[in-house]
Amino acid sequence: MLSALLISVGTVTGITVFLAVILVISEAFIANYGEVELTINGSKKLTVKGGRPLLGTLIEEEIFIPSACGGRGSCGLCKLKVESGAGQYLPTELPWISKEEQGENIRLSCQVKVKQDMAIRIPEELFSVKRYQTKVESIVDLTHDIKELRMKLLKPDFIDFKAGQFVQIQVPEYKLSDESVFRAYSVSSAPSETGTVELEVRLVPEGICTTWVHEYLKEGQEVTINGPYGDFFLRDTERDIVCIAGGSGNAPIKSIMLDMAEKKNPRKLTYFYGARTRKDLVLPDEMDRIAQSLVNGKYVPVLSEPSDEDDWSGETGFVTETVANFLKSGENTEAYLCGSPGMINACIQVLTDKGVPEELIYYDKF
Amino acid sequence: MNDLMPVAVFFGSIFTSNILLANYLGMCSFLSVSKEIETSAGLGAAVIFVMAVTTALNWLVYNYILLPLGLDYLRFIVFIVVIAGFVQLVEMIIERISEGLYAALGIFLPLITVNCAILGVSLFMVIRNYNFINSFFFGLGSGIGWFLAIMAMAGIRKKIAGSRIPRGLEGAGITLIIAGMMALAFMGFSGMINVT
Repeated sequence: MLSALLISVGTVTGITVFLAVILVISEAFIANYGEVELTINGSKKLTVKGGRPLLGTLIEEEIFIPSACGGRGSCGLCKLKVESGAGQYLPTELPWISKEEQGENIRLSCQVKVKQDMAIRIPEELFSVKRYQTKVESIVDLTHDIKELRMKLLKPDFIDFKAGQFVQIQVPEYKLSDESVFRAYSVSSAPSETGTVELEVRLVPEGICTTWVHEYLKEGQEVTINGPYGDFFLRDTERDIVCIAGGSGNAPIKSIMLDMAEKKNPRKLTYFYGARTRKDLVLPDEMDRIAQSLVNGKYVPVLSEPSDEDDWSGETGFVTETVANFLKSGENTEAYLCGSPGMINACIQVLTDKGVPEELIYYDKF
Repeated sequence: MNDLMPVAVFFGSIFTSNILLANYLGMCSFLSVSKEIETSAGLGAAVIFVMAVTTALNWLVYNYILLPLGLDYLRFIVFIVVIAGFVQLVEMIIERISEGLYAALGIFLPLITVNCAILGVSLFMVIRNYNFINSFFFGLGSGIGWFLAIMAMAGIRKKIAGSRIPRGLEGAGITLIIAGMMALAFMGFSGMINVT
């Protein structure tokens, strides 16, 4: 009986160990790609260990590429231009890469493995992307469904971003989500406030991150964020500025205006904010005060359905109509839009009709 | 020992006892990957290769290690370990030596490790008492049979992509019905060659 047991266990163990040893040996010889050189943007050279996906290799070098799925090839966000050394496209990349992108050698960095010397292009702004450990300083109601979330940076304790850019919050697993997810929010505080990050989060029913922020997150809790990302920031020109926002689209505009006020930027700015009723307006008094503090600024809240008790004497109707009335000619204007896709598309229509060049209309859709 | 001709085993396993359509094994990847013809071809080719080689390997392990030691009841666990180890090794080698082959075939190998058709073929080989040559041709033929089945399914799915399918049957539902009809068609081959 004992010998039968020993023989059977010994045989299975023997076969398994034999295979494992073969795998370990071949891992060391066949899958060992040694050290390879990664050239970033033609100048920066890094020596890295080969054999792993590009995304993970870059994270190890403290370079963060936006990715929502964490490298499983299911979100298609971690695209990068790989100039040489990537080999041919893999079937796991193709669902995310269009024909034009294939022509430009855009690759999915979580699928491409670094097996030889490689030259890649990373947008400059991603170099300043870092991961931050933060602590919730305060959570304040701005309206019935928008909360202001202020986070104090712990490590690193300093962030350098352009007004209008966004960060990603890491939501841990909780009741609504069995895995940790990242969600993007625009920063509403001024870039000069380097030790804190302030966001405006609107409650979306069943929204994973918004529910977490609104109902689970408490002051004093630690939160991981990363950023800054995005090309929604004020361009350095002489043109007049039109900002249009709705809902929590107020956040990046607030940051841009605070930044302009601090720098005494002389450009003319008009900020249209569309809401349904007075209780939907985000910080109306503060936004008005910030607009007043600009060299040449104006805040125009627009209510689409003011109720009787609102006692509203300001602009009414859709924000697009008000913009059309205010804006005489758009030739010397550039525009910054932040809000729902429907609102943004309608605004682009109105602005281009008024002569604002389409390439000077910048927007953040969410 | 079973004294069938290898050529009979080969063709029999492709048509009359097709591993997928007559035995309904290897369904999960068949249903999920058959959306596109190219991907199906890659996966099918990987199945042919892995089935042929692992069946032969498992025959050797079974007849030279398990049987002499009287351990044939351990064949399930041993076969699984051999298949998993072999597939991983092959993936590593392919990734190293040929980029094109890796993109076309290697990427599917991890999917196959857990494909029940691969284990099924090794177990049938034991039940049917095949000799070494027959086992190899049985694995090869079964792989080709699986390849044919998934290619046919991918073609049909491409054809019906624009069709109006009742909502409750979209996706896996209609695919299973089609697989059932294909199985009925393959039943027409039954009895022509007996591989058992």
